[in-house]
Order: sequence, then structure tokens, then C-alpha cells
Amino acid sequence: MSPTGRPEGESCPKRVSANGNPLNASATGVARRRLVGTLLVLLALAPAAAWAHEQTGQAAGFLAGLAHPVAGMDHVLAMIAVGLWGAVLGPPAIWVLPVAFPLVMALGGVLGLLGIPLPGVEVGIAVSAIVLGTMVLAEARPPLWIATAIVAVFAIFHGHAHGRELPEGASALLYSLGFVVATGLLHAVGILLGVARRWSAGRQAVRIAGGGVACAGLFFLWRAIA
Amino acid sequence: MTPIARRGTIAALSALAASPVHAHLVETGFGAFYDGLAHVAVTPADLLVVVAIALFAGQRGRGAARLALFALPVAWLAGGLVGARWPEATAWPLWTTLTFAVAGALVAVNAKLRDAGVALLAVVAGLLHGLVNGATIAPAGATPLALAGAITAIFCVTAILSAEVTALPAGWPRVVVRVAGSWIAAAGLLMLGWLLRPGG
Repeated sequence: MSPTGRPEGESCPKRVSANGNPLNASATGVARRRLVGTLLVLLALAPAAAWAHEQTGQAAGFLAGLAHPVAGMDHVLAMIAVGLWGAVLGPPAIWVLPVAFPLVMALGGVLGLLGIPLPGVEVGIAVSAIVLGTMVLAEARPPLWIATAIVAVFAIFHGHAHGRELPEGASALLYSLGFVVATGLLHAVGILLGVARRWSAGRQAVRIAGGGVACAGLFFLWRAIA
Repeated sequence: MTPIARRGTIAALSALAASPVHAHLVETGFGAFYDGLAHVAVTPADLLVVVAIALFAGQRGRGAARLALFALPVAWLAGGLVGARWPEATAWPLWTTLTFAVAGALVAVNAKLRDAGVALLAVVAGLLHGLVNGATIAPAGATPLALAGAITAIFCVTAILSAEVTALPAGWPRVVVRVAGSWIAAAGLLMLGWLLRPGG
């Protein structure tokens, strides 16, 4: 036996870096020290001890913003459908759509905040679920600019609805940030679910999920009109 | 956990650590230097502009990152000293929001700006946010030390983030940076809506 406890002749399993290059022990140690250093610096930047005054508005801050888009199933399904459709379309749409959506949604949010009316917001949101779900179900692959335009138009409706609903007295920036992050994470959920398309059963499951979103959209549309 | 996942986790945790804007300097109990250091971490507008500029500088490569690493803190210090001297003229939420929204948008579109352009952006943002910081910090006293803490935090965040982004391989990791930029820009747009709305 070697001093390391391994049988003679059995070499230590080589560690490799993310790009496949061999990583020796010292490199691993350096990487660990860098990580610990980074963590310590970041922790030092965010000391939570001994605040001089009570923090108010927390409830309506980041966490409230984070929870807001998740509160409505119509929003949740449409956001996930954007991610799923991105996964169906593949690069570059897989990241162009999730980058475009929050930006245009924020524009819609600004319209809502400024009190600029947008007709048929609830209908638009319901139709977004129908259209996006159908795109996933049909595995539609329009040109990138058309896909982006479709997503952007619906993003205006979602943003406007959220803009009207933003509560008074909230920590505005943190609320907005939480709201945008939650939307982005919902896109990410859709993209991650879309990974299942690598397998034939997964591909069918993703299509069925798209069909489910479209059906839910029909329900939302009926509810919005009724 | 892969290195990229670790970095993502760290970035997410640090983003979550941000707290609401404080009208005055946070007292950590460790002294003015650490109060200034914490001020950046708990002031979302400041943190976002630093993060956005660091990401953008990293996207544009080593030269831009090196320029931004020094341009941003130095401009912040200069602005802070002026803001501390004349604190009454420095309540510009619209402009500070605009700076991080623009910086985030530049990250999102991966704008091909020259190194000098990145440095100019860092200087403008640093001066503007520094002015507001100086005005905020001045009433608490010990301004130079608090400002030193603030620019130390800015230097560290810029150094870490821009270095990490510069070293990122092409593909998904760089896409994640652009997504982060789009989130910052979107939050800035919404914040502009809050500021411009009737009665806002």
C-alpha cells in the first residue's frame, strides 16, 4: 500500500478543470483559496450586525418583488413558456428571448406606473399563454426576429399589469429588482425543463407541457372575457 | 459544483444581501471606514452601478477592466469629496437610476465600446454616485474615512467581477453576464417609472 492508503500501482484519480485540462493539487488549492477569499470579501461587504436603525419596507422590498410574478398563475405559465420556447428554438433564441423579455416587460411596467392605459391587458396575458404554449406544442421555429417580436409584444402586457399592481410604500428599486429576477428565474425554469428535449420522451413531455400552457391560457381568456 | 456554478451562487447570494436604500450612513459598529464599506453594499443603486460597470468592463476585456478598476473608485472619491462639501445639491435619484440602467443595457447588448468609452462611463457614473454618496455620508461625520471604505468596497467588487468576467469562456457563462445586465437595465427602467409616475 502506498502512504495514501491506495494499493501500489493505483494512481490517484486525476482531477480535471471545467474545460477538461488536468488540474493538479496545487491548482485546486489555489482555486479553493480564491473561492474562500471571494466569499470573505463579499461577506465583509454585507455585514448585517448592529444596524443603527430599524430597516423598514423590507416586506415590500426584494422578497415582495420576488413573490409578485409568482402570485399569478397566468404570469407564471407564460414566463415558463418563454423559456420552453427558447429551448425549442435553440441558440441564439434560447438566450435572446429571456434577455428581451425583462427589458420590454419593464417598458410595459413603466407604462403601467405612469398610468398610461393599455386596452385588454388581461386578454393579452391570456392570449400570451395560448400563443406561447401553442408555439411550444407545435415546435414552431419562426425567424428569430419574429419570435422576439411575439415575446416582446406579450411582455408589454405582462409588464403593464405588474406596473399597475406595484404596491405603494415599497422599496421601489429592490421591489423592481426582485420582480425582474423572479421573471428571469421563471424563464430559466422553462429553459431547464427544455433540456428534457434531448430525449424523445422528454421532447414529447415538453410539447405536452406547451399544450397544457395553451389550455390554461384558454381558461384565463374565458375568465378575462366572462 | 462547477466553478461557474459556484461563481453564480456567490453572485446570487451577494445580490440577495443588498438591503433597502438608506438615507444616511449605516452604522456597523466597527467605525467609519466599515460604515462606508457597508454603505455601498446596502445601497442598491450604488451596488447595481458598480456591478453593471464591472460586468461591462469585464466584457470588453483586460484593457477596459484595468481602466475601469481605477477610473470608477477615483471618480467616486472625487465626487464624494465634492458631495460632502456641498451636500444640499446632490439628490438626483433620476440620474443615478439612469446610470445603472444604461450600464446594464450596455452589458445586455454586449456593446462594443472602446476602452476609453468604458473608462468615461466609469468616470461619469463614479462622479455622479460619488456626489450622492458624499452628500449622504457627510452628515454622519468622518467623511474621508467613510469614503475610503466606500471606494474600497467599489474597488474590490470591480476587481473581482471584472476579472471573473474577463476570464469567462465564450458560450453560456458570457450569456449569463448579458442576462444579468438585462435584469439590471430592466430594474432601472422600472425604477424610472416609479420616479416619473404621477405623485412619485
